Amino acid sequence: MTIRVKFFASLRERLGRDDLELPAEGIATVADVWARAVPDEPLSGQVLMSVNMEYAQADRSVRDGDEVAFFPPVTGGAA
Amino acid sequence: MTVRVTTEPFDPYAELAAYTPRGEAAGIGAAALFIGYMRDVNEGDAVASMELEHYPGMTERALEKLREEAVSRWRLDDALIVHRVGALSPTDPIVLVAAWSAHRNAALEACRFLIEELKHRAPFWKKERLGDRERWVERNTPG
Repeated sequence: MTIRVKFFASLRERLGRDDLELPAEGIATVADVWARAVPDEPLSGQVLMSVNMEYAQADRSVRDGDEVAFFPPVTGGAA
Repeated sequence: MTVRVTTEPFDPYAELAAYTPRGEAAGIGAAALFIGYMRDVNEGDAVASMELEHYPGMTERALEKLREEAVSRWRLDDALIVHRVGALSPTDPIVLVAAWSAHRNAALEACRFLIEELKHRAPFWKKERLGDRERWVERNTPG
């Protein structure tokens, strides 16, 4: 009965962790996941989010067993 | 494989030489290619090396989705995306995008679409090493 949480890149470094598991009780949305995982910091509008590896918004519902990730703007490709 | 993420250096021309595009060979009139390389300068600073982080699983899914979008929108015969991750040095190829179609317009437009959308949608992040310090690349260059 858990939700898997991942952080990437500069956000991962700043928070000092890349991966954690949260009990699913009381969590309804992506915003709830952030509030539980990072209680001392409001969710910034700069942070991108995904649920089960698909982009999502903060109000997207989250269920037991989901994987939720938070990360900064992406910078792939080249030139 | 039509979408590949690799930690190993790759030679884009060898990739292309080894790849047989899908579809009827005699029906393909055009191939458009884009190759992106690592530069040794960014935002006016000398860059010694780079670490390319990604979200394994989501990256492949995002690239596959982009490829499918391009193939269906421009009715391509085929499209190929190869992207490097991990530790890179200047001059290393970072990304190869190729599109094959009956006519040049579809191939060129699809190739452009793939590289631009990849930069905005695929979960890759670059961290540059500049002499004795490091910094995350915060945004894409305009092109």
